[in-house]
Amino acid sequence: MTTTVDEVLPYDEALAAFDPVMGLEVHVELGTNTKMFCGCATTFGAEPNTQVCPVCLGLPGALPVVNAMGVESAIRIGLALNCEIATWCRFARKNYFYPDMPKNFQTSQYDEPIAFNGYLDVEVPGEHGEEPWTYRVEIERAHMEEDTGKSLHVGGSTGRIHGAEYSLVDYNRAGIPLIEIVTKPLTGAGERAPQVARAYVAALRDLLKALDVSDVKMEQGSMRCDVNLSLRPKAGEPTSPEQAAVPLGTRSETKNVNSLRSVERAVRFEICRHAAVLSNGGSIVQETRHFHEDTGATTSGRIKSDADDYRYFPEPDLVPVAPSREWVEELRATLPENPAEHRRRLQTEWGYSDLEMRDVLNAGALDLIERTVAAGASAQSARKWWLGEPSRRANTEALELVAYADQVGLTPAYVAELQSMVDAKRLNDKMARQVLEGVLDGEGAPTAVADARGLELVQDDGALEAAVAKVIEGNPDVADKIRDGKVQAAGALIGQVMKEMKGQADAGKARELILSTLGEG
Amino acid sequence: MTNTTTDLTRATAAQLADLLAAGQVSSVEVTQAHLDRTTAVDEQVHAYLHVAGQSALAEAAEIDRRRAAGEPLHRLAGVPIAVKDVMTTVGMPTTCGSKMLEGWIPPYDATVVAQIKAAGLPILGKVNMDEFAMGSSTEHSAYGPTRNPWDLERIPGGSGGGSSAVVASFQAPLATGTDTGGSIRQPAAVTGSVGTKPTYGGVSRYGLVALASSLDQAGPCARTVLDTALLHEVMGGHDPRDSTSIDAPVPAVVEAAQRADIKGMKIGIVKELTGEGYQAGVSARFEESLQLLVDAGAEIVEVSCPNFRYALAAYYLILPSEASSNLAKFDAMRYGLRVPPTGIDHPSAEQVMAASRDAGFGDEVKRRIILGTYALSSGYYDAYYGTAQKVRRLIANDFDRAFETADVLVSPTAPTTAFRLGEQLDDPMAMYLNDVATIPANLAGVPGMSLPSGLADEDGLPTGLQILAPAMQDQSLYSVGAALEAALTDRWGGPLLDRAPDLTAKGA
Ligand SMILES: [Zn+2]
Repeated sequence: MTTTVDEVLPYDEALAAFDPVMGLEVHVELGTNTKMFCGCATTFGAEPNTQVCPVCLGLPGALPVVNAMGVESAIRIGLALNCEIATWCRFARKNYFYPDMPKNFQTSQYDEPIAFNGYLDVEVPGEHGEEPWTYRVEIERAHMEEDTGKSLHVGGSTGRIHGAEYSLVDYNRAGIPLIEIVTKPLTGAGERAPQVARAYVAALRDLLKALDVSDVKMEQGSMRCDVNLSLRPKAGEPTSPEQAAVPLGTRSETKNVNSLRSVERAVRFEICRHAAVLSNGGSIVQETRHFHEDTGATTSGRIKSDADDYRYFPEPDLVPVAPSREWVEELRATLPENPAEHRRRLQTEWGYSDLEMRDVLNAGALDLIERTVAAGASAQSARKWWLGEPSRRANTEALELVAYADQVGLTPAYVAELQSMVDAKRLNDKMARQVLEGVLDGEGAPTAVADARGLELVQDDGALEAAVAKVIEGNPDVADKIRDGKVQAAGALIGQVMKEMKGQADAGKARELILSTLGEG
Repeated sequence: MTNTTTDLTRATAAQLADLLAAGQVSSVEVTQAHLDRTTAVDEQVHAYLHVAGQSALAEAAEIDRRRAAGEPLHRLAGVPIAVKDVMTTVGMPTTCGSKMLEGWIPPYDATVVAQIKAAGLPILGKVNMDEFAMGSSTEHSAYGPTRNPWDLERIPGGSGGGSSAVVASFQAPLATGTDTGGSIRQPAAVTGSVGTKPTYGGVSRYGLVALASSLDQAGPCARTVLDTALLHEVMGGHDPRDSTSIDAPVPAVVEAAQRADIKGMKIGIVKELTGEGYQAGVSARFEESLQLLVDAGAEIVEVSCPNFRYALAAYYLILPSEASSNLAKFDAMRYGLRVPPTGIDHPSAEQVMAASRDAGFGDEVKRRIILGTYALSSGYYDAYYGTAQKVRRLIANDFDRAFETADVLVSPTAPTTAFRLGEQLDDPMAMYLNDVATIPANLAGVPGMSLPSGLADEDGLPTGLQILAPAMQDQSLYSVGAALEAALTDRWGGPLLDRAPDLTAKGA
């Protein structure tokens, strides 16, 4: 199989000539215990085809029944996105043949979504000293649908169906509830379009997590993003009326972009690719594209054409969903605090400076810190630990901090435990760093690491007193200076005491003891 | 009463239930008698696609044991039944009359089948039908046509010709059917038997292989109105696995059939469903029945349902549209027929799907899939499917208005008596016209029943009368049906089916 490498225009040149317009479609797997239209379990990673029944296998005669929890989650998501909630809406059948779709139609919503006309205000972090920026993402709709099964193409080199020897299908995923959240065309972002896209998906992820409706794990596919992008000629400032008057260009749709970083890169790449095509007098093909994490490039997938006719019609096996206004209001009352307001409240509570807060947000550490504080640590210590070694390592491995922590097993409870050992003077700062490294290296909980590595401050005052006495005796000159009131000279002695104690002593305590011994305490 | 085979197969389900309850016969004897009858006559009739003698006798023996042990049993426990091959059955093939599902044994029972099993009715086997219930003659079954017990050269109606023929040839006292546009009622009419299409949602559709989901409704087939009511009660009721199932108790159909009281009832004749286009003998028997209803204390009124004239057109857009989607699942990927395409070394999944669907579906099924695919296509949807849905609403409005002046409506069930095998095979439109009187009830979701009204003078074949009632008033069908049946049986000096030819004498 040959792969054509697309030409790209440098980003700055692309933005000098064109104005990007984005549309983001995010699919979220709901965390309901059972599937959307049957009672099958939804546990991730089960043996293939063990969470199936006549309904989700599409056996002849089987009928769907709507999962009420799925509807509830959809409404809560809609409300949190400031949407209107339909008083009456239906499911529809989206008809097309594909082996991983048991009925050869997907039960979805078409022109009657459960939620529509909303928005999400997104804080776009400032880069290179820019001010943070609030961008309003207009939401077109959020609708309910079911996931398909999963095909595994065996043989061949690409892992795609083309060239495979045979394919295996796992229907465990078939029928898992999905919410698809579709934005209106996002204009006016200009050169910050890639950051806006990333910030939106991040904000959406935070929101869905706060709603507790999904585990929103992009790397496991429970949240997937399709990036639609088009360029139009630049006519003025991105937000200017002249620019808004320019018609939209032909779009490409990059499917299943599965991390925040990839969303940003995919938008950026497509801007540069479109710009190259358009600058050379070419035209954009309306097609789906695939994003490749390794190269940061997209490649051509399926050409979309007018022949894609899904023959939608209302699903006759289901009755309309008509949520009462009382129920909607009850659900509205259960909404958690809006993440932006939540952040503002936390910043005040924790006493972080704007700069500190920005670092925390950029590191994706807010939720981790919140949970660490909840586990008993101070806000400052929690920030210090998470933004230190774990962030550095996550960055090296090109992982989100949350994903990295998940991978190595570093939990907020562990960080709180680590800090409590420092507070209890079981560890000093240097030892605590060593313990943290042990945790990151997979050696277990902080207490276990400290025990295994023999890291513990000596609490035996006798040993410390003996060391102090020995050092004073060995440095009479320095001792005299201290006796004469030059307290700062104590530093030299403290270093030696710590050396005597092999580092396992509380430096503060050593200082106190030296001073009191020499009559300055 | 002597327990000869002939007697037991001639008995109604209600009579058999009484004999069983009184301990005068065993379920094994009753079941065996019907199996023997099948051995004797079904080579000619071809009602069955699958006879389940062993499991039926085992179930019968189990019921006999439970009865002997004094366990409380359902009234119909031990009375055998035949099941239309569109309903899923554990351990028995379910083909829907199609090559596509040849040999498929479902892993689950349809709710209706589960209810029948729970009530203790031994299942004799699965009966024939037009492929995926598309047709009015069973000639579209991939396994050969079923024949009309009144004249083996004629059709037994369809799609449920197996169900009507099996009861009319005394191979079973009861059978299940499904009715999407008349598939219970038209076969009943042309075989001199009784059948009811309940209110849409009155009987669970879970486990019925769907033809058109918004029209399909399962219901009972039998030889008498009371037997039909007894089976209706077994089949009906709310099913949480069918979202369109009505969450209300089954209407008191058995009580209505027993009381047969129509004094003061207003019976409406639908102007648009009489007169022109109806065979003379059909109209004559219909007129006579009206007089009998008046004699029994009812009042006849005339009603008009002007939009019924669009019913057939709307039906043949909605049905194929839904069917084209419902039948998409038959793609050779998970079950059923798989045919590799010829001349392709490494066929893709899509090529296997196409070849299998080409080989597995018959012409009528393909015709309707193509129609439906077209009707739902973008650019045509509003003109076809959209308009048909509006017509549907208008027809429902016509019913609402008619039921303001009449308690029930009546019409001939089918425009003609049974036609000859092959007569309409090349003329789909003529075939579709058989259902012109039955389709409006499916479009509006109201219940309907067909029962025998006599024999047409010109050909000596059975004619049927249709009763339609408002939604969820199924019991009204049984009041009127039972009253008319009593009057007609009186006039005939016995059940109409007693006049059907004796297949054992004629056959072999
Ligand atoms: Zn399932």
